[in-house]
Amino acid sequence: MYRIEVEGTGVEFECGPERSLLAGMEAQAKKAIAVGCRGGGCGFCKIRILEGDYDTKKMSVKFVSHSERLDGYALSCRVFPRSDMRVVALEDVEGNKIIDTGIIKL
Amino acid sequence: MKKGVMRAGHVQIRVLDMDEAVSHYKQRMGLLETHREGDRVFFKGWTECEKYSVILREADSAGMDFMGFKVDSDARLDELHADLIEHGLEVDELPAGDLPDCGRRMSFLAPTGHRFELYAEKEVTGRHGVGHHNPEAWPEDLVGMKATRFDHCLFHGEDLDGVYDIFVNVLGFWLTEQAMAGEERVAQFFTCSMKEHEIAFIKAEGNTGAFHHASFHLETWQDVLHAADIISMHDISLDIGPTRHGLTHGATIYFFDPSGNRNETFCGGDYFFPDHPVVTWDADKLGKAVFYHSRELNERFLTVTT
Repeated sequence: MYRIEVEGTGVEFECGPERSLLAGMEAQAKKAIAVGCRGGGCGFCKIRILEGDYDTKKMSVKFVSHSERLDGYALSCRVFPRSDMRVVALEDVEGNKIIDTGIIKL
Repeated sequence: MKKGVMRAGHVQIRVLDMDEAVSHYKQRMGLLETHREGDRVFFKGWTECEKYSVILREADSAGMDFMGFKVDSDARLDELHADLIEHGLEVDELPAGDLPDCGRRMSFLAPTGHRFELYAEKEVTGRHGVGHHNPEAWPEDLVGMKATRFDHCLFHGEDLDGVYDIFVNVLGFWLTEQAMAGEERVAQFFTCSMKEHEIAFIKAEGNTGAFHHASFHLETWQDVLHAADIISMHDISLDIGPTRHGLTHGATIYFFDPSGNRNETFCGGDYFFPDHPVVTWDADKLGKAVFYHSRELNERFLTVTT
């Protein structure tokens, strides 16, 4: 098991190499990264990887471009740890007030 | 069917990994694989008479390529082609065979960034396993959720008035249900049949061409619970449900395919005739309109799209 630290949230969790970071976080009922489709398609769980080794599965280029990939951006549902990791989430998990986000206008 | 558009006939969905996607739509949803060609795989629900209704294409993003509506005759295609052009849309005519076993198609980009098309002919292979002559009740070789048919899609977009104009005024759909924020329509459901919706749109500022879900019909509430069991048994990404919507009153469960495209399986709900008044939900009742039991909006359901 590897230790995953989500920078700026105080949240740490453990994740094995067979599980994505997002699945590892959900399995331990931690809340630090927003959970969307869990399939690499929606961009909700986007992170930037600051430290650590990992493998990825295919993720939507609509949400992570090729140049972003080179800068360490990824969707955490597609990232499988190969060492301890330190990441930062791009979306606040507390953002559940859709009325204020402007995504849906009420 | 004011202007000859019969129903939602097909949808082409982008997937990140074809093998994972085929397993999901075939083994879990219970659709039938009917054709393969190039980078695409074709499916239908067992009650559907046409050869296919769902097309999967492997790509580097998830989402929807296009949704097609079947019209009642080839002559109608030319009429609606002219009407769409007169409305100011650019319409591409795709020749017969461009989509396998499908006649010519009239394709246009709606102002919400979604591509729609009309077609009049597709190979009819009949109901799977039971046929049309002294048919038995159902085929015995179905698996998973046993989805009966592709039913409708919901999209997110900005220009709801623009697509209202196209579907209602040009293509002859009816507005069946709406959610209003004051004078502004923030959700709109359209039909051209007795179904409560063939297509729906939700207002999402700045979101272009976004795919919220493709929906598949089940017969009973017990089937919806059975679908929920399949979702748990195979660790499929659950969105929300089983529950009921206020809008349309369908009993439903939402989940994601392995590429993150949202699927719905549902049963029941309201039906439509052209003399039915439009159903309106107020913005302050939106929680109940979307999730009739919890009456609480859920951020993931309202914002996650591919």
